[in-house]
Amino acid sequence: MSRILQDRDERRPETHPLTFRLNDDGTPVMLDAYREQQGYASVERAFRDLTSKTLIDELKTANLRGRGGGGFSAGLKWSLTMQGEGIPRGYIVCNADEMEPGTFKDRLLLEQQPHLLIEGMILAGFANNAYQGYIFMRGEYVDAARTVQRALDEARAAGWLGRDVAGSGWDFDIVLHTGAGRYICGEETALINSLEGKRANPRAKPPFPGQSGAWGKPTVVNNVETLCNVPSVVLHGADWYQGLSQGKSGDGGTKLYGVSGKVKRPGLWELPMGTTASELMERAGGMRDGLTLKTWLPGGGSTGFLLPEHLELALDFDTIGKAGSRLGTGLIAVVADDQSVVSLARNLEEFFSRESCGWCTPCRDGLPWSVKLLQALEAGEGERGDIELLESLAVDLGPGRTFCAHAPGAAMPLASAIHYFRDEFERGVTRGQGAAHADPIPVGSV
Amino acid sequence: MTNASTSTDTPIATDGFVLHDEDRAAIAHEREHYPQPQAASIEALKIVQKRHGWVPDAAIDAIARELGVAPASVEEVATFYSLIFRQPVGRHVILLCDSSSCFLTDYEALRDAFFAHLGIGFGQTTPDDRFTLLPVCCLGACDRGPALMIGEDTYGPVTPEEIPTLLEAYA
Repeated sequence: MSRILQDRDERRPETHPLTFRLNDDGTPVMLDAYREQQGYASVERAFRDLTSKTLIDELKTANLRGRGGGGFSAGLKWSLTMQGEGIPRGYIVCNADEMEPGTFKDRLLLEQQPHLLIEGMILAGFANNAYQGYIFMRGEYVDAARTVQRALDEARAAGWLGRDVAGSGWDFDIVLHTGAGRYICGEETALINSLEGKRANPRAKPPFPGQSGAWGKPTVVNNVETLCNVPSVVLHGADWYQGLSQGKSGDGGTKLYGVSGKVKRPGLWELPMGTTASELMERAGGMRDGLTLKTWLPGGGSTGFLLPEHLELALDFDTIGKAGSRLGTGLIAVVADDQSVVSLARNLEEFFSRESCGWCTPCRDGLPWSVKLLQALEAGEGERGDIELLESLAVDLGPGRTFCAHAPGAAMPLASAIHYFRDEFERGVTRGQGAAHADPIPVGSV
Repeated sequence: MTNASTSTDTPIATDGFVLHDEDRAAIAHEREHYPQPQAASIEALKIVQKRHGWVPDAAIDAIARELGVAPASVEEVATFYSLIFRQPVGRHVILLCDSSSCFLTDYEALRDAFFAHLGIGFGQTTPDDRFTLLPVCCLGACDRGPALMIGEDTYGPVTPEEIPTLLEAYA
């Protein structure tokens, strides 16, 4: 079970739209309690006052950016969904396949506030002219699956799902789909393939899912946290939502931030978008006794390392992007001074190597190669030229060389680890050039 | 692999694997959730695995028949997804998170302690068929790293010393 480390007094409806309803004891907020606290009020407002277009415009103005790590404007994404005469009604797919290393925020929302997600999905369905929603949840989230299924049954019984939603004359339902493992399912087109019962290979884009997604119909894929932000935008408006970030960021709203690693109080907090990592570190109680901070990942295994000097930067998409990394999911992982960065890079590349779907050559062959080089450097058996080889691999794994962002995601921590901690890598170089381990891995051996 | 082009009415695959009636019903129910039957194939594999512990080859045919899809399309997903087991596993599957936040909170010491305590490595099953040990992608329990699952239960943070007590509940 995930826990929010803020007391109920701090979590107010005016400032904490994602978490103000959460119980201090971590038990789920089910339908009755949810309804008593503005639950489904945004759906009533949408049916009464809004059209697809005005809802999407509101979302665009609110500048809600995708919380799955991409940071793409949710309103813009929705405005690109094909709809209109002659175009079939399609799907809303919630990406609840949370597997980004260091990320544990969607688990909280799924386990403790399932109706907020359902409410967001109904609004997404309304705005994008969808008739069916799917929640694609990773198979390991067994408690979340039970809670979400219970909430779906409650919502259907109360008329928020199914035929004629809340007397609107509009039909929309949601099915919970649970996965069977593999990180790549979190990539939106891989997720669509997996939903269709296929291997989770990403698809070539275009067409984008909004044009032709699941079963060839317009499909919108949004992260759990993104969808959970929509009800408050619809209920209180774009200006209110923009104001939540308190001028700390041009991005609207709040963010579920978190800290993991060797801190005193790892956890989750809902804070204004653009909160600094140093405030998160303060809330996490700082490093465990005897340890100091060496480096940190701002938002998952596929983001670039930053230094202690970057702790004062606003944790938002543009600021962290300008610093050479990515905000990603916004849950920071801190690395203590006693941790070898070479070993950590090896762990990260092992992860990406194992999780590659194998479709694109740079990813399928380059990642195992990088693991081999990193293992050698870690063991103090690296050769002259290995670091340069890793750097060139990081370029070959970079954006534009593969169909999806898996390989570029793997390249980012690798390149930044070498950039900031080159001396640690150099300490692993003890041999001259030319031994077998630097050769490409023969076809068929991986 | 047998030919699945015969009638879809029979639950019996040619080499004798029979889908349990309850599982047939559960698969039929899942199938209604999607516009095409192939989408239910992953769920069908999970249904079979829940009953048998793993997915034998003959079950692939039986599922393909039940859904009216080609065996190859069931086979290709059965071999892709890490939580579908294609060989027998122990009564309890331990999924040890090996991703970065657990790595930063001493996952490797915990892994080595599991190896030593169970006398097996990843992908192996104890001789008494009690435990199978597997690595797993970030469990989304990073605030409690190092984390793991045993069956459907999630634990963390777990220290090497706690392993014997932790495993007692799983006979």
